[in-house]
Amino acid sequence: MIDEKDETTNRPILEIRDLIISTEGRKATRQLVKSVSLSLAAGEVLGLIGESGAGKSTIGLAAMGYARDGMRISSGEVLFKGTDLLKLSERKRRQFRGKRIAYVAQSAAAAFNPAHKLIDQYTEAAVAHGVSDAATAENEAIELYRELGLPEPETFGQRYPHQVSGGQLQRAMVAASMACHPDILVFDEPTTALDVTTQIEVLTAIRRTIRNHHTAAIYITHDLAVVAQIADRIMVLRSGELVEEGKTEQLLEQPKQEYTRKLLSVRNLHKDDTGSGEVVLSVDSVSAEYKPGVPVLQDISVQVERGRTVALVGESGSGKSTLARVVTGLLPPVKGGIKLHNAPLTPTLKSREKDTLRRLQMIYQLPDTSLNPRQRVREIIGRPLQFYLGLKGQEMEQRLKELMAMTELEEYFLDRFPHELSGGQKQRVGIARALAAEPDLIICDEVTSALDQLVGEQILNLLLKLQKEIGMSYLFITHDLGTVDAIADEVVVMRKGKVVEQGRKTDVFSPPHKDYTQKLLNSVPEMDPQWLNKLLAEA
Amino acid sequence: MNQLLMTVAKRLGLGLFTLLIISMVIFLAVEMLPGDIATEILGQMATPEAVAAIRQELGLDQPIVSRYFDWLSGLLTGDLGQSLATGQPVLELLDDRLINTLYLAGTAALISVPLALGLGVIAALYRNTLVDRAVSMFTLSAISMPEFFIAYVLILFISVQLGWIPSMSKVDADQSLLERLQLTILPAITLTFVTCAHMMRMTRAAIINLLSSPYIEMAYLKGLGPWRIIVHHTLPNAWAPIVNVIVMNLAYLITGVVVVEVVFVYPGLGQLMVDSVAKRDLPVVQAASMIFAATYILLNLIADVVSIVSNPRLLHPK
Repeated sequence: MIDEKDETTNRPILEIRDLIISTEGRKATRQLVKSVSLSLAAGEVLGLIGESGAGKSTIGLAAMGYARDGMRISSGEVLFKGTDLLKLSERKRRQFRGKRIAYVAQSAAAAFNPAHKLIDQYTEAAVAHGVSDAATAENEAIELYRELGLPEPETFGQRYPHQVSGGQLQRAMVAASMACHPDILVFDEPTTALDVTTQIEVLTAIRRTIRNHHTAAIYITHDLAVVAQIADRIMVLRSGELVEEGKTEQLLEQPKQEYTRKLLSVRNLHKDDTGSGEVVLSVDSVSAEYKPGVPVLQDISVQVERGRTVALVGESGSGKSTLARVVTGLLPPVKGGIKLHNAPLTPTLKSREKDTLRRLQMIYQLPDTSLNPRQRVREIIGRPLQFYLGLKGQEMEQRLKELMAMTELEEYFLDRFPHELSGGQKQRVGIARALAAEPDLIICDEVTSALDQLVGEQILNLLLKLQKEIGMSYLFITHDLGTVDAIADEVVVMRKGKVVEQGRKTDVFSPPHKDYTQKLLNSVPEMDPQWLNKLLAEA
Repeated sequence: MNQLLMTVAKRLGLGLFTLLIISMVIFLAVEMLPGDIATEILGQMATPEAVAAIRQELGLDQPIVSRYFDWLSGLLTGDLGQSLATGQPVLELLDDRLINTLYLAGTAALISVPLALGLGVIAALYRNTLVDRAVSMFTLSAISMPEFFIAYVLILFISVQLGWIPSMSKVDADQSLLERLQLTILPAITLTFVTCAHMMRMTRAAIINLLSSPYIEMAYLKGLGPWRIIVHHTLPNAWAPIVNVIVMNLAYLITGVVVVEVVFVYPGLGQLMVDSVAKRDLPVVQAASMIFAATYILLNLIADVVSIVSNPRLLHPK
């Protein structure tokens, strides 16, 4: 990647030495980053990988001399071409930010100001830093928009952030980060919030940009397969410390540390078909719409057998969560019906009996918002026990303990509030709450997508264990095909409210595939560093 | 844009409907005021015959429903009836007073709104520093003092000791704009003291609330300065709550300034209203109440429109 042979290439453009970042506050401070050093050569792409809490975003921001509210860079050096950013005044530091080192955030939808046009948010940095005037910057923006394959590049920038799609917005942010022709780009999980197929678009755009403009980059992600496509070198971080570092191929092929090996093997969970033939849930030719005349679901039929898992797969907007709303009665279907154990369900939630409600439970994507922050775990799990089963006193206590044991949570968590638990623990509480009602079927809506991979894998393992032990049935909604392989017996591939393909996992996942299924399967990043190249070469 | 017009039209219709309901409430409430204009005019010792005669002359012997509809139809044709106390047309009586009140409210708003916004932005910019605390302390102290106290302190220093401006703000239609301004400035400053704190606190809170947004972090990481971040990136997204508080205060300036008017002997609507209640001059009270109600409705409509216009999602649909 480095083709210049002069001596400047040997001197790193960015060097971080012994960086320590801790929480700010009068009480005991905690170190988030514990003496990390790194160096980045001109034009080089460095991948920072790790789970949440590894400190990778914090390090990425520190590379720009920036610490979030509540954090403090307590010691260390951040040398940009020999200048220590940390020793500069805030005013001087500003002259580097956005100009020499630019940032691409995880969610473009949140990082673009909703009140201003995209083009104005492109030109802003260039004008503020005196790199170019607005007109020149605008022309460059249009050029970049074209380069990144954005639709109607001449007028694209006239739109407001909410007027373009997620993938386009993310590319627009990559473009905006280039406004001052920076030497370094910091990418903070830029594809994590995207669908697999969109992820490829953005990943390709990012790679093209940094190669064409010979920009060095720090690429932060929790997904090894993604970083493998783009990084020359990878650093694995855990709890604010470096685990191991190496050239991409070398790290993937011969990881030295156990933790790296674990990260590499994450997608290796696999489930074999089980089943009983006893149909728990039967969705019969259901169609649904939010606005009259605009169908969101068209003629969907799905059956879930006892002890089995049916995965609903598709990109956002495919209607998979809408189907869950129809099953739970939140959205009455306009056509078709739903049967639970062969008994037809009334279409609306209000008209359903308590016992019907009990038999259908849900686990949600975001444990943070689905657990009441002002209730202790005891109340959260105890409520369905009391409401559906009428348990109290000793009986209730006994059952609470059993549920905690089933979901592999310590009993003392019963007296904790949700914010005192980690993401994975919160999701376990969500599972325990669903189990408390002793349901026939649990609808799992993207239950692992907000979790780190290793934690997500543990949650999947728990769900599988429960299925084996008590024969639980799942309707499993996900956009991640890796998860499907891990947990599903049957797969329903959805697109734009219709079923593209459905059947046993082994059938759907083995050739020949329908075009769309093929595209989805191809879009799942593989650890092979050449994966993206091959994919693009085929296309 | 059409959608915006539709929304405004809808709100306007709803506002008119609300006004109709309010007209009923006002009419009933005024009916229920204790006392009677007839006894008020003739005194406690009047003979029942004389009272009956004057009641008939004023139309007070009609049933309440027909009197309401008489009044309402007069209202719609611009005829607000005659003052029971002086016999002058109510419209004439209100005309000058309304202009005076609007002039005072306008002057006060011109000072207090920019001041409050400016102070709010400064407080947000230097949040949790001495500057922030000083601004908060100053505006909160001002709002904590009763308005007549502020008014008398101003009179004491500026009118009595320095002798710059007369303490009586007797404006009338013959004065030049500059004379008027001079006479209005003391009551306007008093009202600024009273209204500034709300608006400033809301501006500060609305801005600080947004400072943790990812797009503000992004603005920092673009290397932008703190002023530009607050004014260009935060304020446009903070308008909705701020405008609502501004509007509440503007409405207060028009409808609630009785005390200040009394202290400065300023011939505004508030004083007229209080006098008319005392005199049981029902048509004037009703007309003034309707003006106040319409003010609230109109200002809230404006707040809604500003909220919509400041939200690009509503202004520029997909």
